[in-house]
Amino acid sequence: MTRLSWFNVVSLTLGFAFLYLPMVILILFSFNESKLVTVWAGFSTKWYGELLQNEAFLDAAWVTLRVAVFSSTIATVLGTMAAYVLVRGGRFFGRTLFSGMIYAPLVMPEVITGLSLLLLFIGIGLDRGIFTIVLAHTTFSMCYVSVVVSSRLVTFDRSLEEAALDLGCSPAEAFRLVTLPIIAPAVISGWLLAFTLSLDDLVIASFTSGPSSTTLPIKIFSSVRLGVSPEINALSTLMIAIVAVGVIIASLATKRAALQRQREERLAVQT
Amino acid sequence: MRRFFLIAIPYGWLLVLFLIPFVIVLKISLSDTELAIPPYTPTLDLSQGWSGIREFFAGLDLENFVWLTEDDLYWKAYLSSLWIATISTLLTLMIGYPMAYAMARSPEQWRTTLMMLVILPFWTSFLIRVYAWMGILSQEGFLNQFLLWIGVIDTPLTILNTNTAVYIGIVYTYLPFMILPIYAALDRLDGSLIEAAEDLGCSRLMAFWLVTLPLSRPGVIAGCFLVFIPALGEFVIPSLLGGSGTLMIGKVLWEEFFSNRDWPVASAVAVVLLLILVIPIVLFQRNQQKQQEAEQ
Amino acid sequence: MDASPLAPWEDPRAQPLIRFRNVTKSFGAFTAIDDLSLDIFEKEFFALLGPSGCGKTTMMRMLAGFEAPSSGVIELAGQDIAPVPPNQRAVNMMFQSYALFPHLSIWDNIAFGLKRDKMPKHDLNERVEAMLKLTRLEQFASRKPHQISGGQRQRVALARSLAKAPKLLLLDEPLGALDKKLRQDTQFELMDIQETTGTTFVIVTHDQEEAMTVASRVAVMDHGRIIQADTPDRIYETPNSVYVADFIGDVNIIQGKANSGEGEGYRIFWSEGQPPLQASSSTDLSTGQSCSLAIRPEKVAISAERPEEAANAVQGKVLDIAYLGNLSTYHVELPNGLVIKAQTANTRRISRRSFTWEDPVWLSWTATAGVLLAN
Repeated sequence: MTRLSWFNVVSLTLGFAFLYLPMVILILFSFNESKLVTVWAGFSTKWYGELLQNEAFLDAAWVTLRVAVFSSTIATVLGTMAAYVLVRGGRFFGRTLFSGMIYAPLVMPEVITGLSLLLLFIGIGLDRGIFTIVLAHTTFSMCYVSVVVSSRLVTFDRSLEEAALDLGCSPAEAFRLVTLPIIAPAVISGWLLAFTLSLDDLVIASFTSGPSSTTLPIKIFSSVRLGVSPEINALSTLMIAIVAVGVIIASLATKRAALQRQREERLAVQT
Repeated sequence: MRRFFLIAIPYGWLLVLFLIPFVIVLKISLSDTELAIPPYTPTLDLSQGWSGIREFFAGLDLENFVWLTEDDLYWKAYLSSLWIATISTLLTLMIGYPMAYAMARSPEQWRTTLMMLVILPFWTSFLIRVYAWMGILSQEGFLNQFLLWIGVIDTPLTILNTNTAVYIGIVYTYLPFMILPIYAALDRLDGSLIEAAEDLGCSRLMAFWLVTLPLSRPGVIAGCFLVFIPALGEFVIPSLLGGSGTLMIGKVLWEEFFSNRDWPVASAVAVVLLLILVIPIVLFQRNQQKQQEAEQ
Repeated sequence: MDASPLAPWEDPRAQPLIRFRNVTKSFGAFTAIDDLSLDIFEKEFFALLGPSGCGKTTMMRMLAGFEAPSSGVIELAGQDIAPVPPNQRAVNMMFQSYALFPHLSIWDNIAFGLKRDKMPKHDLNERVEAMLKLTRLEQFASRKPHQISGGQRQRVALARSLAKAPKLLLLDEPLGALDKKLRQDTQFELMDIQETTGTTFVIVTHDQEEAMTVASRVAVMDHGRIIQADTPDRIYETPNSVYVADFIGDVNIIQGKANSGEGEGYRIFWSEGQPPLQASSSTDLSTGQSCSLAIRPEKVAISAERPEEAANAVQGKVLDIAYLGNLSTYHVELPNGLVIKAQTANTRRISRRSFTWEDPVWLSWTATAGVLLAN
């Protein structure tokens, strides 16, 4: 309908170039033959080979993955509970404090969250390791999950639950059979968000990890501080590729579901 | 009973792992530094009973906070953090607004794709996105190579390890946070309002100034806070892109804790940072509330 | 002008305020306006009526300047308006959504256009006050749009578009968002305001009742063409096509073959074994030409016995009765299966209704009751 003016075209082009060029360059130079990351010396995949033989990186990746799976799963359960309590819980003692604690971690600088959790773990004499990172990640990502889920719950038509109760469900059954299937997309995107937040986190993990539990971001950070290296470029490329594939699959799936729904609705109108 | 557990489990989790740690930070910030394990005193010793608790409270003082005001490293770091966060927020706004505007004006069928393109970087690792700039901004990096090649400069510019690099890093990583709320506000804007303004005698530019801009203000404010708040406590960007002269409070806290092992001062730094953050957070909350009310 | 101030469209010397000359507008492959010509005169209250997608809104947007014609010329007071941007046209528009600026008060909304003209402060205040008075909004001046009711918003939108005293005011479905009762009141208000200000109004609507009520002339549109443009009574009484007859009000259509009989008028053969119907017509039809007879339900009488001297009378049985309070509409099925609607005023109480379901009845109408249209 509306044609874009040249000003809009220019700002979109420049803006997206700004957003994507750095990553494109990064990916290109992960295939560079030379150790010098800024001079092109021919195509090669040797850095990927070296990466796969680097035990330290592989160990760190494994730690990160385990932490992310555990923390995001626990965070999804807790976050969904918290969202349900916030939206449907009615009044209870300390509700304001509760909602404050849900929203505060979203704006809390990571350095403070990390520092405070570390002081707690030391205070109660908990040895730092994968377990403490999982605790820390669960705590801040459950807040993100509960924000995502509660925004869905707010728009949820309550009469559906009431209908289930009217038809003989117990409250727990109503939740399991009616509410959960309907809010499932929000719960899933909450889990994905928690998962990527955990994969991504450097600062909180640095505070709460022990010597035997170095996560991938910590490993990357310590080697990146020394400068740019083609191996890190290769690693970054792999991580970007995984995310890109994931996002594209997810969006295609959503689009297909939407198209399917449209088709069904059209059919329903015709008959 | 079921309801009790439903509330108690997440509540208890947050109390133990969010609120109590924060109380501990507050307590340590009021304690004294010691060469011991843990490196501060007093420690609460409940075995001594009431006198132990009394001793504990008697040992607390504001010494560390006084120290923060005396050593100009700290207040300079706070000021410079505020300055860097403000400048980068404004830069992000200057880049983000035209993009959000162009997105809202683009044909309907493009918008979901453009939205996805804005969100996609958010899903990729923050660390990697910052790292990507190290190769671009260094002395022999791509930016310098490019500028030398087109002949704008004769000698490579020093950008990496300066505040400029920090600005670029913050703008780059937080740009989606600026674009999304502004886009949402502009997308909601009824196109007939602009037509009405033109119909009543406004030029295009006038209509933008008198109608579009004021109506997108809540989005602009939300975007600015979403960039400003995390930028203030930022650690990764100044430590990778900034130089030794780049003072940011997140970095100072980190170094105080890990390098100097001065826990009480690090805690005091954290407490003051939070006190500074309370102001923009409260303002942000009020903006969001006002916007919600306006929508109803 | 002076020859016939009430019907300038009948005066060949009258200068139209707006003239569409062979205007075509297409969006890609879709033709919204198809070679359309139309004159609208000063002080008219002109209605563009049609279903959604018929091109009426496109015509209005071309007048306001938001769309340019693909070909043809639109003249305002004798001048081609194509090169004039919307913000410099002496044309104002009242938007369907009202498009009130949510961040400005009612007062500032009304003053918005005047401020663009750099009107002196004193005159501006006076003008805004006058507009507030005209639309009875004085006590709401300092409120924001979301603090007033739908009917009040509608009046603000009207006041804002009238404030600049445009030569031409465009109203896009101005009453669409109001409920029925309020809409009827507002229609009369609109007519009063149009008369007081003497502004030319062009209104776009899909509500035929609204068009008939407010307009001095109505143009019925379909697929980018004007099918008929005439006064409301003539649109209703003498539609020029089945489309117009069907679009405006309720109508019975009887298909048949014409036969110019003895004397004036035609005989229409419409069903095997039934006597032909008598109908007079101003259009010329050849013998055997297929045609439609359009008769309004209120022009069909219903009776138990065959009425004497009726030009046309057919027998049928009552299929359905729609009771509307003041009126009742009888759906009567004829032997050939055709259902004819007949409407009677309920002058008596319902308990004393003469007919009920399945009753055999006679329907009758005069030779001039219907309109004969060539197919």
